[in-house]
Amino acid sequence: MAGIPHDHYEPKTGGEKWLNSRLPVIGLLYDTLFIPTPKNLNWMWIWGIVLTFCLVLQIITGIVLAMHYTPHVDQAFASVEHIMRNVNGGYMLRYIHANGASLFFVAVYLHIFRGLYYGSYKAPREVTWIIGMIIYLAMMGTAFMGYVLPWGQMSFWGATVITGLFGAIPGIGEGIQTWLLGGPAVDNATLNRFFSLHYLLPFVIAGLVIVHIWAFHTTGNNNPTGVEVRRTSKEEAKKDTLPFWPYFVIKDLFALAVIMVVFWAIVGFMPNYLGHPDNYIEANALATPAHIVPEWYFLPFYAILRAFTADVWLVQLVTFVTGGIVDAKFFGVAAMFGAIAVMALAPWLDTSSVRSGRYRPMFKWWFALLVIDFIILMWVGAQPAEEPYATISLIASAYWFAYFLVILPLLGVIEKPLARPATIEEDFDAHYPAKKDASAQPAE
Amino acid sequence: MFKKLSLATLAISALTSAAIAAGGDGKITDKDFSFEGPFGTYDQNQLQRGLKVYTEICSGCHGLKFVPMRTLADEGGPHLPEDQMKAYVADFPINDEAANQHLYEVETEELRALKPTDNFPAVNSAGAPDLSLMAKARAGFHGPYGLGINQFVQGIGGPEYIYSLLTGYTGEEKEEAGTTLYENTAFPGGWISMAPPLYGEDVDFDDGHANDLSHISQDLSAFLMWTAEPKLIARKQTGFVAVVFLTILSVLLYLTNKKLWAAAKRKE
Repeated sequence: MAGIPHDHYEPKTGGEKWLNSRLPVIGLLYDTLFIPTPKNLNWMWIWGIVLTFCLVLQIITGIVLAMHYTPHVDQAFASVEHIMRNVNGGYMLRYIHANGASLFFVAVYLHIFRGLYYGSYKAPREVTWIIGMIIYLAMMGTAFMGYVLPWGQMSFWGATVITGLFGAIPGIGEGIQTWLLGGPAVDNATLNRFFSLHYLLPFVIAGLVIVHIWAFHTTGNNNPTGVEVRRTSKEEAKKDTLPFWPYFVIKDLFALAVIMVVFWAIVGFMPNYLGHPDNYIEANALATPAHIVPEWYFLPFYAILRAFTADVWLVQLVTFVTGGIVDAKFFGVAAMFGAIAVMALAPWLDTSSVRSGRYRPMFKWWFALLVIDFIILMWVGAQPAEEPYATISLIASAYWFAYFLVILPLLGVIEKPLARPATIEEDFDAHYPAKKDASAQPAE
Repeated sequence: MFKKLSLATLAISALTSAAIAAGGDGKITDKDFSFEGPFGTYDQNQLQRGLKVYTEICSGCHGLKFVPMRTLADEGGPHLPEDQMKAYVADFPINDEAANQHLYEVETEELRALKPTDNFPAVNSAGAPDLSLMAKARAGFHGPYGLGINQFVQGIGGPEYIYSLLTGYTGEEKEEAGTTLYENTAFPGGWISMAPPLYGEDVDFDDGHANDLSHISQDLSAFLMWTAEPKLIARKQTGFVAVVFLTILSVLLYLTNKKLWAAAKRKE
């Protein structure tokens, strides 16, 4: 593996040599497990392990749930109740799976915002970032389709609203929507294909995760300073890094255990807190719920979707210029996907040569505002589409785009960055200074 | 549900209670139920009383089609003795034949008798909703300002909603498009098509327990919470064990991590 110089695996026994010359799998595991990792990583670098754990947790609970679930409009809702009442431990499996999705998104948002603050997306890690964004999109698709499976009222009406987004594409939209649904409306064909894809996509995500890890194991981890590990020699690299095992494995496992305490408290004591009561009512195509609200993790982008209504001058201008082809509905859909697209393009929109937000005095404030903006969007996405929420969501959506399209490019030009440490070792030693005491032992 | 969680949440509860009174569609009373809080469990006697109210009054119009009848004998639920449960099942009437065709037998050309392995029969004839999951399908508490804090502190409020609905009739009626609507302070919009189902003293309990409107409404709400969440006690026990063991694991991993990094951080 390219990247930071380190010791490689040498087969010793006859058996190992035999296997290594045919399939170097032990060497691959060795290099992955002992990869040199910047020793100054802080607690925001634990989310990758949490995410990997979530993926495995969701796949395992999901496979068992699928053994008892029936993907048919007449039986889906009842089969979920069968899981809750008759399957041994079924209620636990389902609550873990449902809340596991929430944990997955908590972790992915923290992971993404960590990347945005410490400039993890910048060269040479653009590919890692782009793959991460694809994983995020696949996660959203998987979660959305999974929420349809219990066939409650929010399942049905959420599916109707979200697939309706594709219907907004000019000209071909309605055809695409019908093709996606397998018919003119959300029905049995929709439920069956969503079940099939909900089972498939996690394995696609697992594959993408491997590529994601491969990419950053090639470039090396970013770190809170954004300063690269010295690569001139193994000895130099060792001053900046520690092996992944045991240092970071134990650290990450500790963090994971703490997060699991909170997770199990939610699963054990308030498993329906993050859900919607309407989803305990069986789907009914004839009764529309008073408020159709997506799951909390979709709310920021749902708010952006709804923000651009026909009375916004920008929407009116675009509608006029395009001769009515781009109407308010399509504008909203484009804005929602655009909000993720601009984030994916961050590596090329950010013009600053300084990676970490720690040494960017102006960037820090704009970034903090972006985090607040995201939270406001999440909140406003659950509110009814009326004033003052409409105006708030419009302003918040505008800031989201402004951050990526205007602020990031400009800051790189006008901002005067602070002095950065020359090496990771320097930063680490500043945190953990050597004791004056003569008996103190040197690092390593 | 989480009111008893800690003093801190109690403090938040006090701070937000003003906002609660102001918000929401209907007026929901926050009743204390035995199954609230991380250690709350069902009161077996209350569930049996609630079962009696359901059987004698509600079951005429409302089904419980997701609830297996054998679970009436389950520990943590009403926990009827096995023979009582079987007798109850054998006596239970099927009020809506059309809705229970899965019980139809070709040989006899009629519906067979209920067995403990069957679910409660469905009832669609009156156009009334099934009650199996009603206590989880309604939220009694909202806000403030869409933040979900009230639900965190008080619980989602399904049983409280049912209680408030049953006790919320004002006695006013009106005719609308041929249907009689009854004014109800808990129902969103204020007018409900269900006639007041309970007046108090509708059911007599063998042990002479109070049967005024408030008490039987509470008993029924608790019973419907059980039908909606029959594994509540087992779930909380599992959660508690998991939280305790994971806390111990966290401490051990913290100490391991501290020792592991001590040399690198020059703290040894």
